[in-house]
Amino acid sequence: MPWDRNQMAARAAQELEDGMYVNLGIGIPTLVSNYIPEGVEVTLQSENGMLGMGPFPVEGSEDPDLINAGKQTITELPHTAYFDSATSFGMIRGGKIAMAILGAMEVAENGDLANWMIPGKLVKGMGGAMDLVAGVRRVVVVMDHTNKHGESKLLKECTLPLTGKSVVDRVITNLGVLDVVEGGLKIVECADGVTEEELRAATEATIID
Amino acid sequence: MKKVYNSAAEALDGLLFDGMFIASGGFGLCGIPELLLAAIKEAGTKDLTFASNNAGVDDFGIGILLQTRQVKKMISSYVGENAEFMRQYLSGELELEFNPQGTLAERMRAGGAGIPGFYTKTGYGTQIAEGKEVKEFNGENYILETGLFADLSIVKAWKADTTGNLIFRKTARNFNPPAAMCGKVCVVEVEEIVQPGELDPDHIHLPGVYVHRIIKGEHEKRIEQRTTRPAA
Repeated sequence: MPWDRNQMAARAAQELEDGMYVNLGIGIPTLVSNYIPEGVEVTLQSENGMLGMGPFPVEGSEDPDLINAGKQTITELPHTAYFDSATSFGMIRGGKIAMAILGAMEVAENGDLANWMIPGKLVKGMGGAMDLVAGVRRVVVVMDHTNKHGESKLLKECTLPLTGKSVVDRVITNLGVLDVVEGGLKIVECADGVTEEELRAATEATIID
Repeated sequence: MKKVYNSAAEALDGLLFDGMFIASGGFGLCGIPELLLAAIKEAGTKDLTFASNNAGVDDFGIGILLQTRQVKKMISSYVGENAEFMRQYLSGELELEFNPQGTLAERMRAGGAGIPGFYTKTGYGTQIAEGKEVKEFNGENYILETGLFADLSIVKAWKADTTGNLIFRKTARNFNPPAAMCGKVCVVEVEEIVQPGELDPDHIHLPGVYVHRIIKGEHEKRIEQRTTRPAA
Protein backbone atom coordinates (compact mmCIF):
# COMPACT_ATOMS: atom_id res chain seq x y z
CA MET A 1 0.00 0.00 0.00
CA PRO A 2 1.41 3.42 -0.94
CA TRP A 3 1.45 6.03 1.82
CA ASP A 4 -1.59 8.28 2.22
CA ARG A 5 -1.33 12.04 2.84
CA ASN A 6 -0.96 11.63 6.57
CA GLN A 7 1.66 8.90 6.26
CA MET A 8 3.62 11.09 3.84
CA ALA A 9 3.44 13.94 6.33
CA ALA A 10 4.52 11.63 9.14
CA ARG A 11 7.49 10.46 7.07
CA ALA A 12 8.42 14.06 6.27
CA ALA A 13 8.30 14.86 10.00
CA GLN A 14 11.16 12.36 10.46
CA GLU A 15 13.35 14.88 8.59
CA LEU A 16 13.03 17.34 11.47
CA GLU A 17 15.86 17.69 13.95
CA ASP A 18 15.81 19.26 17.37
CA GLY A 19 16.38 23.01 17.26
CA MET A 20 15.60 23.48 13.58
CA TYR A 21 13.91 26.56 12.17
CA VAL A 22 11.59 25.23 9.46
CA ASN A 23 9.18 26.59 6.87
CA LEU A 24 6.22 24.37 5.92
CA GLY A 25 4.38 24.91 2.65
CA ILE A 26 0.65 24.67 2.00
CA GLY A 27 -1.11 21.29 1.63
CA ILE A 28 0.48 18.05 2.88
CA PRO A 29 3.50 19.96 4.30
CA THR A 30 1.15 21.76 6.70
CA LEU A 31 0.17 18.35 8.12
CA VAL A 32 3.81 17.69 9.06
CA SER A 33 3.37 19.77 12.22
CA ASN A 34 0.94 17.08 13.51
CA TYR A 35 3.73 14.48 13.50
CA ILE A 36 6.75 16.22 15.03
CA PRO A 37 8.66 13.42 16.84
CA GLU A 38 8.75 13.40 20.61
CA GLY A 39 11.76 15.20 22.03
CA VAL A 40 12.23 17.26 18.87
CA GLU A 41 11.57 20.97 19.19
CA VAL A 42 11.31 22.90 15.96
CA THR A 43 10.36 26.52 15.38
CA LEU A 44 8.01 27.04 12.46
CA GLN A 45 8.51 30.10 10.30
CA SER A 46 5.61 31.73 8.50
CA GLU A 47 7.02 33.87 5.70
CA ASN A 48 4.49 36.66 6.24
CA GLY A 49 6.52 37.61 9.30
CA MET A 50 6.56 35.18 12.20
CA LEU A 51 8.78 32.64 13.93
CA GLY A 52 7.14 30.32 16.43
CA MET A 53 3.83 29.61 14.74
CA GLY A 54 1.26 28.02 17.04
CA PRO A 55 -1.84 25.92 16.28
CA PHE A 56 -5.15 27.20 14.92
CA PRO A 57 -7.11 29.23 17.50
CA VAL A 58 -10.16 27.89 19.27
CA GLU A 59 -13.37 29.36 17.95
CA GLY A 60 -13.98 32.86 19.23
CA SER A 61 -10.32 33.72 19.73
CA GLU A 62 -9.39 34.32 16.07
CA ASP A 63 -7.29 37.44 15.58
CA PRO A 64 -7.39 39.12 12.14
CA ASP A 65 -3.85 40.43 12.78
CA LEU A 66 -2.49 36.90 13.23
CA ILE A 67 -2.44 34.70 10.13
CA ASN A 68 -0.11 32.25 8.40
CA ALA A 69 1.16 32.34 4.82
CA GLY A 70 -2.01 30.54 3.72
CA LYS A 71 -4.00 33.43 5.25
CA GLN A 72 -5.44 31.11 7.91
CA THR A 73 -5.93 32.35 11.46
CA ILE A 74 -3.28 30.95 13.81
CA THR A 75 -1.92 31.54 17.33
CA GLU A 76 1.38 32.56 18.88
CA LEU A 77 3.63 30.68 21.31
CA PRO A 78 5.74 31.93 24.24
CA HIS A 79 8.85 32.21 22.04
CA THR A 80 7.10 33.80 19.03
CA ALA A 81 8.75 36.73 17.27
CA TYR A 82 7.20 38.99 14.62
CA PHE A 83 9.02 40.91 11.90
CA ASP A 84 8.40 42.57 8.55
CA SER A 85 8.43 40.83 5.15
CA ALA A 86 11.88 42.14 4.15
CA THR A 87 13.37 40.72 7.37
CA SER A 88 11.44 37.48 6.88
CA PHE A 89 12.90 36.89 3.44
CA GLY A 90 16.27 38.12 4.64
CA MET A 91 16.43 35.14 7.00
CA ILE A 92 15.18 32.83 4.23
CA ARG A 93 17.56 34.11 1.55
CA GLY A 94 20.35 34.33 4.07
CA GLY A 95 20.25 30.61 4.80
CA LYS A 96 19.10 30.98 8.42
CA ILE A 97 16.12 28.67 7.90
CA ALA A 98 17.32 25.07 8.07
CA MET A 99 14.67 23.41 5.98
CA ALA A 100 11.64 23.97 3.79
CA ILE A 101 9.10 21.20 3.23
CA LEU A 102 6.92 21.97 0.27
CA GLY A 103 4.71 20.51 -2.43
CA ALA A 104 5.56 20.29 -6.14
CA MET A 105 4.11 19.62 -9.57
CA GLU A 106 7.40 18.28 -11.00
CA VAL A 107 10.92 17.51 -9.77
CA ALA A 108 13.78 16.76 -12.16
CA GLU A 109 16.65 14.37 -11.51
CA ASN A 110 19.05 17.33 -11.17
CA GLY A 111 16.90 18.88 -8.40
CA ASP A 112 15.03 21.38 -10.57
CA LEU A 113 11.65 22.16 -9.07
CA ALA A 114 8.43 23.32 -10.76
CA ASN A 115 5.50 24.21 -8.54
CA TRP A 116 4.22 27.65 -9.44
CA MET A 117 2.59 27.76 -12.87
CA ILE A 118 1.08 25.75 -15.71
CA PRO A 119 1.27 27.71 -18.98
CA GLY A 120 -2.17 28.43 -20.41
CA LYS A 121 -3.83 27.86 -17.05
CA LEU A 122 -4.67 30.34 -14.34
CA VAL A 123 -1.48 31.78 -12.90
CA LYS A 124 -1.78 32.74 -9.28
CA GLY A 125 1.84 33.63 -8.62
CA MET A 126 4.89 32.17 -6.95
CA GLY A 127 4.37 33.83 -3.59
CA GLY A 128 7.45 33.05 -1.51
CA ALA A 129 8.29 29.72 -3.16
CA MET A 130 11.17 30.96 -5.32
CA ASP A 131 12.81 32.71 -2.38
CA LEU A 132 12.40 29.68 -0.14
CA VAL A 133 13.91 27.14 -2.51
CA ALA A 134 16.78 29.47 -3.36
CA GLY A 135 17.56 30.35 0.22
CA VAL A 136 16.85 27.65 2.78
CA ARG A 137 19.62 25.17 3.50
CA ARG A 138 17.66 21.98 2.72
CA VAL A 139 14.59 21.58 0.48
CA VAL A 140 12.36 18.53 0.98
CA VAL A 141 9.51 18.01 -1.47
CA VAL A 142 6.39 16.06 -0.48
CA MET A 143 4.15 15.11 -3.38
CA ASP A 144 2.35 12.25 -5.10
CA HIS A 145 4.71 10.15 -7.20
CA THR A 146 2.50 10.39 -10.29
CA ASN A 147 -0.05 12.88 -11.64
CA LYS A 148 -3.74 12.18 -12.14
CA HIS A 149 -2.95 10.59 -15.52
CA GLY A 150 -0.56 8.15 -13.82
CA GLU A 151 2.53 9.86 -15.28
CA SER A 152 5.71 10.26 -13.25
CA LYS A 153 6.21 13.64 -11.54
CA LEU A 154 9.88 12.73 -11.09
CA LEU A 155 11.32 13.58 -14.49
CA LYS A 156 14.56 13.71 -16.42
CA GLU A 157 13.77 17.38 -17.05
CA CYS A 158 10.89 19.54 -15.84
CA THR A 159 8.36 20.47 -18.51
CA LEU A 160 6.78 23.30 -16.49
CA PRO A 161 8.37 26.70 -15.76
CA LEU A 162 10.86 26.34 -12.91
CA THR A 163 10.54 27.63 -9.39
CA GLY A 164 14.23 26.96 -8.77
CA LYS A 165 17.19 25.33 -10.48
CA SER A 166 18.95 22.40 -8.74
CA VAL A 167 17.33 23.21 -5.42
CA VAL A 168 15.67 19.97 -4.22
CA ASP A 169 17.57 17.71 -1.80
CA ARG A 170 15.02 15.00 -1.02
CA VAL A 171 11.60 13.92 -2.35
CA ILE A 172 9.02 12.08 -0.28
CA THR A 173 6.20 10.58 -2.35
CA ASN A 174 3.39 8.12 -1.71
CA LEU A 175 5.74 5.41 -3.00
CA GLY A 176 8.91 6.21 -1.10
CA VAL A 177 11.82 8.53 -0.40
CA LEU A 178 14.45 9.57 -2.96
CA ASP A 179 17.51 11.81 -2.73
CA VAL A 180 18.85 14.04 -5.49
CA VAL A 181 22.46 12.96 -6.01
CA GLU A 182 25.09 13.35 -8.72
CA GLY A 183 23.65 11.90 -11.93
CA GLY A 184 20.08 11.28 -10.77
CA LEU A 185 17.90 10.11 -7.91
CA LYS A 186 18.83 7.54 -5.28
CA ILE A 187 16.20 5.46 -3.52
CA VAL A 188 16.39 5.96 0.24
CA GLU A 189 13.42 3.80 1.14
CA CYS A 190 10.18 2.44 -0.27
CA ALA A 191 6.78 2.98 1.29
CA ASP A 192 5.47 0.02 3.29
CA GLY A 193 4.33 -2.65 0.84
CA VAL A 194 5.80 -0.89 -2.22
CA THR A 195 8.60 -2.77 -3.96
CA GLU A 196 11.67 -1.15 -5.43
CA GLU A 197 10.55 -2.45 -8.85
CA GLU A 198 7.20 -0.70 -8.48
CA LEU A 199 8.90 2.53 -7.47
CA ARG A 200 11.33 2.32 -10.40
CA ALA A 201 8.50 1.56 -12.85
CA ALA A 202 6.62 4.66 -11.70
CA THR A 203 9.66 6.92 -12.09
CA GLU A 204 10.83 8.60 -15.31
CA ALA A 205 13.93 10.17 -13.75
CA THR A 206 17.21 8.28 -13.78
CA ILE A 207 17.62 6.18 -10.66
CA ILE A 208 21.20 5.71 -9.51
CA ASP A 209 22.10 2.42 -7.84
CA MET B 1 5.08 69.95 12.13
CA LYS B 2 1.57 68.67 11.54
CA LYS B 3 1.28 65.01 10.61
CA VAL B 4 -2.15 64.11 11.99
CA TYR B 5 -5.08 64.55 9.62
CA ASN B 6 -8.79 64.12 10.24
CA SER B 7 -9.73 61.74 7.45
CA ALA B 8 -8.24 59.55 4.75
CA ALA B 9 -9.47 61.95 2.07
CA GLU B 10 -7.84 64.90 3.85
CA ALA B 11 -4.57 62.99 4.32
CA LEU B 12 -4.42 62.16 0.60
CA ASP B 13 -5.33 65.69 -0.52
CA GLY B 14 -2.84 66.97 -3.11
CA LEU B 15 -0.95 63.67 -3.30
CA LEU B 16 -2.98 61.76 -5.90
CA PHE B 17 -2.56 61.99 -9.67
CA ASP B 18 -3.46 59.77 -12.62
CA GLY B 19 -0.74 57.32 -13.65
CA MET B 20 0.99 57.37 -10.25
CA PHE B 21 2.90 54.52 -8.60
CA ILE B 22 1.70 53.48 -5.15
CA ALA B 23 3.33 51.01 -2.76
CA SER B 24 0.90 49.38 -0.36
CA GLY B 25 1.45 47.32 2.78
CA GLY B 26 -0.51 44.21 3.69
CA PHE B 27 -0.44 40.45 3.22
CA GLY B 28 -3.72 39.03 1.96
CA LEU B 29 -6.27 41.13 3.82
CA CYS B 30 -4.08 41.34 6.93
CA GLY B 31 -2.64 44.76 7.69
CA ILE B 32 -3.94 46.43 4.54
CA PRO B 33 -4.55 50.21 4.48
CA GLU B 34 -8.28 49.71 3.97
CA LEU B 35 -9.33 53.30 4.73
CA LEU B 36 -6.79 54.87 2.36
CA LEU B 37 -7.75 52.40 -0.41
CA ALA B 38 -11.41 53.40 0.05
CA ALA B 39 -10.43 57.08 -0.17
CA ILE B 40 -8.46 56.46 -3.39
CA LYS B 41 -11.54 54.77 -4.82
CA GLU B 42 -13.60 57.82 -3.81
CA ALA B 43 -11.04 60.19 -5.38
CA GLY B 44 -11.29 58.30 -8.69
CA THR B 45 -7.55 58.48 -9.46
CA LYS B 46 -6.86 56.37 -12.55
CA ASP B 47 -4.13 54.35 -14.30
CA LEU B 48 -2.54 53.41 -11.01
CA THR B 49 0.43 51.09 -10.67
CA PHE B 50 0.45 49.22 -7.36
CA ALA B 51 3.31 47.39 -5.73
CA SER B 52 1.45 45.16 -3.28
CA ASN B 53 2.01 41.53 -2.37
CA ASN B 54 -1.61 40.65 -3.19
CA ALA B 55 -4.54 42.27 -4.94
CA GLY B 56 -7.18 41.85 -2.23
CA VAL B 57 -10.43 40.01 -2.85
CA ASP B 58 -13.22 41.11 -5.15
CA ASP B 59 -14.85 43.50 -2.70
CA PHE B 60 -12.06 44.37 -0.24
CA GLY B 61 -8.53 45.68 -0.36
CA ILE B 62 -7.14 46.66 -3.77
CA GLY B 63 -10.04 44.65 -5.20
CA ILE B 64 -12.30 47.69 -4.77
CA LEU B 65 -10.05 49.67 -7.14
CA LEU B 66 -10.11 46.87 -9.68
CA GLN B 67 -13.92 46.99 -9.71
CA THR B 68 -13.74 50.66 -10.69
CA ARG B 69 -10.94 50.05 -13.27
CA GLN B 70 -8.56 52.44 -11.51
CA VAL B 71 -5.59 50.06 -11.63
CA LYS B 72 -3.39 49.78 -14.72
CA LYS B 73 -0.67 47.52 -13.37
CA MET B 74 0.05 45.31 -10.37
CA ILE B 75 3.48 44.27 -9.07
CA SER B 76 2.63 41.30 -6.83
CA SER B 77 3.75 37.83 -5.77
CA TYR B 78 0.37 36.12 -5.48
CA VAL B 79 -3.04 37.13 -6.82
CA GLY B 80 -5.03 33.91 -6.49
CA GLU B 81 -7.89 35.18 -4.36
CA ASN B 82 -9.44 37.67 -6.77
CA ALA B 83 -11.75 36.63 -9.62
CA GLU B 84 -12.16 40.15 -11.03
CA PHE B 85 -8.38 40.51 -11.11
CA MET B 86 -8.10 37.32 -13.14
CA ARG B 87 -10.83 38.44 -15.52
CA GLN B 88 -9.13 41.79 -16.21
CA TYR B 89 -5.71 40.19 -16.50
CA LEU B 90 -6.80 37.45 -18.91
CA SER B 91 -8.65 39.99 -21.09
CA GLY B 92 -5.54 42.17 -21.27
CA GLU B 93 -7.05 45.12 -19.39
CA LEU B 94 -4.60 44.82 -16.52
CA GLU B 95 -0.82 44.48 -16.55
CA LEU B 96 0.78 42.13 -14.07
CA GLU B 97 4.40 41.81 -13.04
CA PHE B 98 5.05 38.82 -10.79
CA ASN B 99 7.85 39.26 -8.29
CA PRO B 100 8.96 36.55 -5.87
CA GLN B 101 7.66 37.63 -2.48
CA GLY B 102 11.06 38.22 -0.92
CA THR B 103 12.29 40.04 -3.99
CA LEU B 104 9.26 42.35 -3.83
CA ALA B 105 9.86 43.08 -0.14
CA GLU B 106 13.56 43.71 -0.74
CA ARG B 107 12.85 45.94 -3.76
CA MET B 108 10.71 48.11 -1.49
CA ARG B 109 13.25 48.11 1.33
CA ALA B 110 16.10 48.83 -1.08
CA GLY B 111 14.25 51.73 -2.70
CA GLY B 112 13.64 53.23 0.71
CA ALA B 113 17.26 52.71 1.67
CA GLY B 114 18.64 54.44 -1.42
CA ILE B 115 19.77 51.22 -3.11
CA PRO B 116 18.79 51.23 -6.81
CA GLY B 117 19.73 47.60 -7.45
CA PHE B 118 20.78 44.41 -5.69
CA TYR B 119 21.75 40.87 -6.61
CA THR B 120 19.71 37.90 -5.39
CA LYS B 121 19.82 34.18 -6.07
CA THR B 122 16.02 34.03 -5.92
CA GLY B 123 14.68 33.17 -9.37
CA TYR B 124 18.02 32.38 -11.00
CA GLY B 125 17.40 29.93 -13.87
CA THR B 126 13.65 30.67 -13.96
CA GLN B 127 11.39 32.90 -16.10
CA ILE B 128 11.85 35.65 -13.53
CA ALA B 129 15.52 35.94 -14.51
CA GLU B 130 14.85 36.46 -18.23
CA GLY B 131 16.46 39.70 -19.43
CA LYS B 132 18.14 40.34 -16.09
CA GLU B 133 21.87 40.63 -15.54
CA VAL B 134 23.47 37.53 -14.00
CA LYS B 135 26.58 37.86 -11.87
CA GLU B 136 28.62 35.22 -10.12
CA PHE B 137 29.69 35.68 -6.52
CA ASN B 138 31.71 32.97 -4.76
CA GLY B 139 30.74 30.41 -7.39
CA GLU B 140 26.99 31.04 -7.20
CA ASN B 141 24.82 32.87 -9.72
CA TYR B 142 22.71 35.88 -8.76
CA ILE B 143 20.35 38.09 -10.75
CA LEU B 144 20.10 41.86 -10.64
CA GLU B 145 16.85 43.26 -9.25
CA THR B 146 16.01 46.96 -8.91
CA GLY B 147 14.83 49.00 -5.96
CA LEU B 148 11.31 50.42 -6.09
CA PHE B 149 10.72 54.15 -5.75
CA ALA B 150 7.03 54.90 -5.33
CA ASP B 151 5.22 58.24 -5.60
CA LEU B 152 3.18 57.35 -2.54
CA SER B 153 3.22 54.74 0.21
CA ILE B 154 0.00 53.74 1.94
CA VAL B 155 0.33 51.62 5.05
CA LYS B 156 -1.54 50.37 8.09
CA ALA B 157 -0.02 50.36 11.56
CA TRP B 158 -1.45 49.65 15.00
CA LYS B 159 -0.33 52.74 16.90
CA ALA B 160 1.39 55.98 16.01
CA ASP B 161 2.51 58.92 18.06
CA THR B 162 1.81 62.34 16.60
CA THR B 163 5.35 62.50 15.15
CA GLY B 164 4.75 59.32 13.12
CA ASN B 165 6.69 56.77 15.13
CA LEU B 166 4.89 53.49 14.41
CA ILE B 167 4.16 50.21 16.13
CA PHE B 168 2.62 47.34 14.21
CA ARG B 169 0.74 44.38 15.62
CA LYS B 170 1.55 40.68 15.08
CA THR B 171 1.59 39.51 11.44
CA ALA B 172 -0.17 42.70 10.33
CA ARG B 173 3.32 44.22 10.13
CA ASN B 174 4.28 42.21 6.97
CA PHE B 175 4.92 44.50 3.99
CA ASN B 176 4.01 47.71 5.81
CA PRO B 177 7.49 48.86 6.91
CA PRO B 178 9.21 48.24 3.54
CA ALA B 179 6.24 49.75 1.68
CA ALA B 180 6.37 52.80 3.96
CA MET B 181 10.07 53.27 3.26
CA CYS B 182 9.97 53.28 -0.55
CA GLY B 183 7.56 56.16 -1.19
CA LYS B 184 8.32 59.86 -1.65
CA VAL B 185 5.38 60.47 0.67
CA CYS B 186 4.01 57.99 3.19
CA VAL B 187 0.46 58.12 4.56
CA VAL B 188 -0.37 55.83 7.47
CA GLU B 189 -3.69 54.75 8.96
CA VAL B 190 -3.68 53.54 12.55
CA GLU B 191 -6.05 52.32 15.25
CA GLU B 192 -4.71 54.66 17.91
CA ILE B 193 -2.73 57.93 17.99
CA VAL B 194 -0.85 58.78 21.18
CA GLN B 195 1.33 61.68 22.34
CA PRO B 196 5.13 61.62 21.99
CA GLY B 197 6.60 59.83 24.98
CA GLU B 198 3.76 57.36 25.31
CA LEU B 199 5.47 54.81 23.05
CA ASP B 200 8.65 53.26 24.39
CA PRO B 201 11.41 54.56 22.06
CA ASP B 202 13.05 51.13 22.21
CA HIS B 203 9.89 49.51 20.88
CA ILE B 204 9.31 51.65 17.77
CA HIS B 205 9.10 49.43 14.67
CA LEU B 206 9.34 52.25 12.12
CA PRO B 207 10.60 55.71 13.06
CA GLY B 208 8.60 58.79 12.12
CA VAL B 209 11.17 59.98 9.60
CA TYR B 210 9.45 57.69 7.08
CA VAL B 211 5.94 58.91 7.91
CA HIS B 212 4.41 62.15 6.61
CA ARG B 213 0.69 61.97 7.27
CA ILE B 214 -1.33 59.96 9.80
CA ILE B 215 -5.01 59.24 10.26
CA LYS B 216 -6.85 57.25 12.89
CA GLY B 217 -9.90 55.23 11.93
CA GLU B 218 -12.16 52.27 12.48
CA HIS B 219 -10.97 49.14 10.67
CA GLU B 220 -13.07 46.24 9.48
CA LYS B 221 -10.02 43.91 9.50
CA ARG B 222 -11.68 41.17 7.51
CA ILE B 223 -10.44 37.58 7.97
CA GLU B 224 -9.76 35.74 4.70
CA GLN B 225 -9.50 32.14 5.97
CA ARG B 226 -11.08 31.74 9.40
CA THR B 227 -9.58 28.48 10.67
CA THR B 228 -10.12 27.07 14.16
CA ARG B 229 -9.48 23.94 16.18
CA PRO B 230 -11.97 22.31 18.56
CA ALA B 231 -11.88 23.66 22.12
CA ALA B 232 -10.05 21.23 24.43
